[in-house]
Amino acid sequence: MAQMWTTRLRKATVEKFEPQDILPDDQPSYVASFIYVFGVLTLAALFVIIGSGLWLTTKGAIWWHSSSIGHFVNSMHLWSVELFFVFMVVHLWGKFWMAAWRGKRLMTWVTGAIAFLASVATGFTGYLIQWDFDSQWIATQAKDGLNSVGIGSFFNTLNTGQAILLHVSLLPLVVGLIVIWHVILVRRHGVVPPLDAKEISGGAM
Amino acid sequence: MRKERNVDLAKWTGPKRPYDLVKELVIALLVVTLLTVGLSALFSSPDEPAVTLQEWANKAPGDFVTTTVGELAGTTISAAYGAPYNNASEGLKLGPLKLQKMAGITIPVYPAVDFVAKPLAFSKDVSVLAALAQWKGASSDQQVKWANDYASAIEKAGDPAKVAATDAFGPVPTMASGLLTLAQSDVLDGLLTTTVTPYPSDFTKPMLFLADGGYFDELGAAQHLHGDQWGMMNETGSYPGQSWLWLFSLWYQVEPFKSSENADAEIFLWIMILTAAFVFMPRVPFINRLPRLIPIHRLIWRKYYKDNNL
Repeated sequence: MAQMWTTRLRKATVEKFEPQDILPDDQPSYVASFIYVFGVLTLAALFVIIGSGLWLTTKGAIWWHSSSIGHFVNSMHLWSVELFFVFMVVHLWGKFWMAAWRGKRLMTWVTGAIAFLASVATGFTGYLIQWDFDSQWIATQAKDGLNSVGIGSFFNTLNTGQAILLHVSLLPLVVGLIVIWHVILVRRHGVVPPLDAKEISGGAM
Repeated sequence: MRKERNVDLAKWTGPKRPYDLVKELVIALLVVTLLTVGLSALFSSPDEPAVTLQEWANKAPGDFVTTTVGELAGTTISAAYGAPYNNASEGLKLGPLKLQKMAGITIPVYPAVDFVAKPLAFSKDVSVLAALAQWKGASSDQQVKWANDYASAIEKAGDPAKVAATDAFGPVPTMASGLLTLAQSDVLDGLLTTTVTPYPSDFTKPMLFLADGGYFDELGAAQHLHGDQWGMMNETGSYPGQSWLWLFSLWYQVEPFKSSENADAEIFLWIMILTAAFVFMPRVPFINRLPRLIPIHRLIWRKYYKDNNL
């Protein structure tokens, strides 16, 4: 008898996961380069983005224009985004030169790339909802590209209400879910070994 | 015993080193938070005030009137736009594909009516209301002729203030000056945003109107924000902006896109192709071999290769 999809989903996900792989206290000896830090730095920057973004959200869309604390929180939101992209781009290049998609890790690369694209979309909607000249300019410039291929009929950059809801609800949810998926895949498959690595079975060197 | 196998696929059973992932994340979070606070304290963030129709009407009344006449003549960017705002043109094309037109008019904006005629109905000036009535009673051909004749006279004189209103322009000069008065008194901004609810969140109409004029464009140019100045990836001031959009902005600077009438659509398609290549990079021939051909991985794993004499 065919298995229920829920059973198949469970077997394809959590049952493939060994508990000790979630947060191990060791890593293969080849994980010894500064480049490995950029993945976790990206994640840390994302936490700062979410924290500063939640602060701005609870105070309202235009609070930061009239409050010095609000302006500082807005600055933190902006600079954590800038750091996030710097870390993520270095992380991506690092993974490219490692050919980190080897050994059934294609989806790890794909989810990472989609996380980057979803982050670009989220950042873009953030720039649209500043309620200042920057958002006015970006909205009027960007509309033509989106309109030219029909997307503008559904996503109107000049509708700040639409952009703010996308920015604080749907898009962070998408980024969050993809990042979680990406991290699960990293933990599930482990860190990719060096190119042409030769493993010594059963002992330390 | 040395034993070679496909280490890419199998779980690593070779030598390991202590590595506390939680500790790494906590330290990273602390470092990034401190870095963010430091950058925020040092550089703050831009907050150039938004431009209003009132500001435009007061600081550049000539440009405001010229643009208003253009809306009535149907010659401005939004009046001649096409989908999703109106059917004034077929929009941009991708070869035979008219995606812009196919998506339909989902955000109806008819500038002569929405930006000019409807707001003028709220004027308290009887001469303006009479001019509006004359405009509404005329045929569309007559309306366009009045507006075009007035626009030509303005272009010739260089300034609407130097053009005397005559019968040849019909009610257009009175309508344009009536709208200028509404805008200068801060009424027009509200009229264009509160047609659905008094609590506005959709700025499509005032922004399209503003962007049709030269004043807003000059402000953007002064802030190095034009498309040929790497456009929307920049921010006001010296902030880094959306530098991650460089690949998108790049194509607006180079041929054949730079001079193409359909540049927006063509660049969008090109970016979609590049995006697909990026997402599926591991399957793109040659590119997926670059990590082997250019051995940067020897630097990343230099200790491993050295320890294993590889």
